[in-house]
Amino acid sequence: MRIPGKGLVFPLAVLLLWELAARSGYFTSTSLSYPSAILFAGWGLLVDGAMWKATRETFGAALGGMAIGAFFGMIVGIAFGLSRLLASLMRLSTESLRPVPSVALIPLALLIYGYGYRMEIVVVAFACFWPVMIVTEGAVRGIEPRLMEVARALKFPLVARVTKIILPAALPRVFVGLRLAASISLVVAVTVEITTNPIGLGYGLIVAQEGDRADRVFAFLIWIGFLGWLLNALLLRAQRRWFGKFGNWSEAAR
Amino acid sequence: MTAAIVKMPLGHATATADAILAVDDLSYVVGGGARELLILQNISLAVKRREFVSIVGASGCGKTTLLRLMAGLLQPTRGSVRFNGTIVTEPDRQLAVVFQDYGRALLPWRNVADNVSLALEARRVPRAERGAIIDRLLAKVGLADRREAFPLQLSGGMQQRLQIARCLAQEPQILLMDEPFGALDAMTRQNLQDEVARLSAESGTTVIFVTHDLEEAIYLGDRVISMESRPGRISEVVEIDLPRPRHQLRTREDARFLAYRHRLFDLLPTTGH
Repeated sequence: MRIPGKGLVFPLAVLLLWELAARSGYFTSTSLSYPSAILFAGWGLLVDGAMWKATRETFGAALGGMAIGAFFGMIVGIAFGLSRLLASLMRLSTESLRPVPSVALIPLALLIYGYGYRMEIVVVAFACFWPVMIVTEGAVRGIEPRLMEVARALKFPLVARVTKIILPAALPRVFVGLRLAASISLVVAVTVEITTNPIGLGYGLIVAQEGDRADRVFAFLIWIGFLGWLLNALLLRAQRRWFGKFGNWSEAAR
Repeated sequence: MTAAIVKMPLGHATATADAILAVDDLSYVVGGGARELLILQNISLAVKRREFVSIVGASGCGKTTLLRLMAGLLQPTRGSVRFNGTIVTEPDRQLAVVFQDYGRALLPWRNVADNVSLALEARRVPRAERGAIIDRLLAKVGLADRREAFPLQLSGGMQQRLQIARCLAQEPQILLMDEPFGALDAMTRQNLQDEVARLSAESGTTVIFVTHDLEEAIYLGDRVISMESRPGRISEVVEIDLPRPRHQLRTREDARFLAYRHRLFDLLPTTGH
C-alpha cells in the first residue's frame, strides 16, 4: 500500500521533538539551534537576498565547471571509446591523474588564478571530467556494432558520425555520468568556497559559523541539500523525458 | 559427384565484361598461424545489371561474409570484388546493405521519416528536398502513415520495410540483402518477398539476396547460387526460368519451380529438414 508522503513522517517527528526539546529548556546549547530559529534565519537570508546571491555564485561556478569538465570528458571519452589504441596509449597518464583528489588542486588553482570564479571553475571542471569521461568511453564502446556499420556503409565523415550516430546512441548512458557530475560539481564548489574562495554558499556557511550563528549554518545546510536534491530531480526528469519515448533503447541508463 | 559440380566453369571471362559486380577468385581467411581458418575459397561470380541473384546456403557457409565482402565492409584475403570495373576497397553508398537484424540497424532515437533522412543526409541532399523524397519512399514501402512513429513502436516487418526505404534513399545501383526476412513470420515474409521483387523490377536495381531458404531463393531469383560449407564455396549455379511477376501460389506450384527445388535440395544438407 502506498501512503503519499509517508517518507515525511520520520523527519517531521524529529523536527518536532527537536523543537520541543529546545523550547522545554532542558537542553540549552550555543552550538545547536532549533527548527523555528533556523526557519527564521533562512527566511531572513532569502528575503535580504544574501542566499540568492550566494546561490547564484555557487551555481555559476558549479555549472560552469561542470559544463567545461563534461565537454572535455565527452570528447576524450568518445576518442578513447572509438580507439582502443589511443585508450591504451593514454591509460597510464589518465590513471595517474585520476586519483588526484580534486580539492588537492585548490592551492595550485589559487596560485594560478587567484581568488574568484576561475579557480573554482577549474577545480570543479577537473572533478567533473573523470566520471563523464569514464562513462562516455564505456557508452561508446557499448554502441550497437550494427549502427557503427550503418555509419560506415553510409560513408559519414568522422564529425557527422559522432554527431548523428555515436553521440545520440551513447547519450542515455552519458547522461548518467552527467547526473553524477552535477552532484559532484555542487559538492566540490561548496568545498572550494568553504576552504578558500570567498564567494557562494560555502563562504556563507563559514561566515555564519565564525559569527557563531548556528541557526544560519543550519539554514545554509538545508538550502544546499535542497538545491542538490532539486538539481538531481530536474536532471532525472529531463532524462525520462528525452529518452523515455524511444522505448527500451535507453534502458541501460535506468 | 559434387566435386565435379564445384569445378564447373562459370564462364566469368565473358560475363565480367557486362557485369555490374564481379567477384574474382576470392578467398577469405580469418585468424593467423595455426588458428587460420578458410572461410571462403576461390569464389568467382559475375552479376549482371538489373539481375536478381539469390545466394543460398546452410548457416555458417560464409554467405553473409561473402555479402559483406561485396559491400566493402570486409576486405578479401585473396582475389577481388569489382563494382563497375573498380575494385571495392571500402563501403560505397551505391552498394546498399539491408541487414538481417533490422532492429539494430535503425536509429531508435529518430522517427521513421528521420531514419530515411539519414541516407539523404549522407548523400548531402538539400534539406528542402528531403521531405518529398521521404514521402515517396515511405509510400513505396507502405509506411506513409507511420511517418512520425519511432522504430521500436513498429512491428518487425515494418522495421524491415523502413530499413529497405533507407537503403533505397541511398539511390543504390545494387541492393545487398542479408537474410532480410529470416526473422519474420511467414505471412509478412511473403508480402515482403513480393514487394522486394516489385521494387527491384520497378527501379531496375540489381539485387543480391542472401538466404538460407531454398524456396525463397528460387522464388525471387533470376539465378540461384548455392554454396557449400567449410570452406565456403560455390557448389552450383542455376538459372531460374520462371515468368515474372511471380505469384506465391502459381509460381511455387510450377513444375519448373519444383524441378529447381529438387536439383538444389541435395546440395543443402541442413535446410529442408
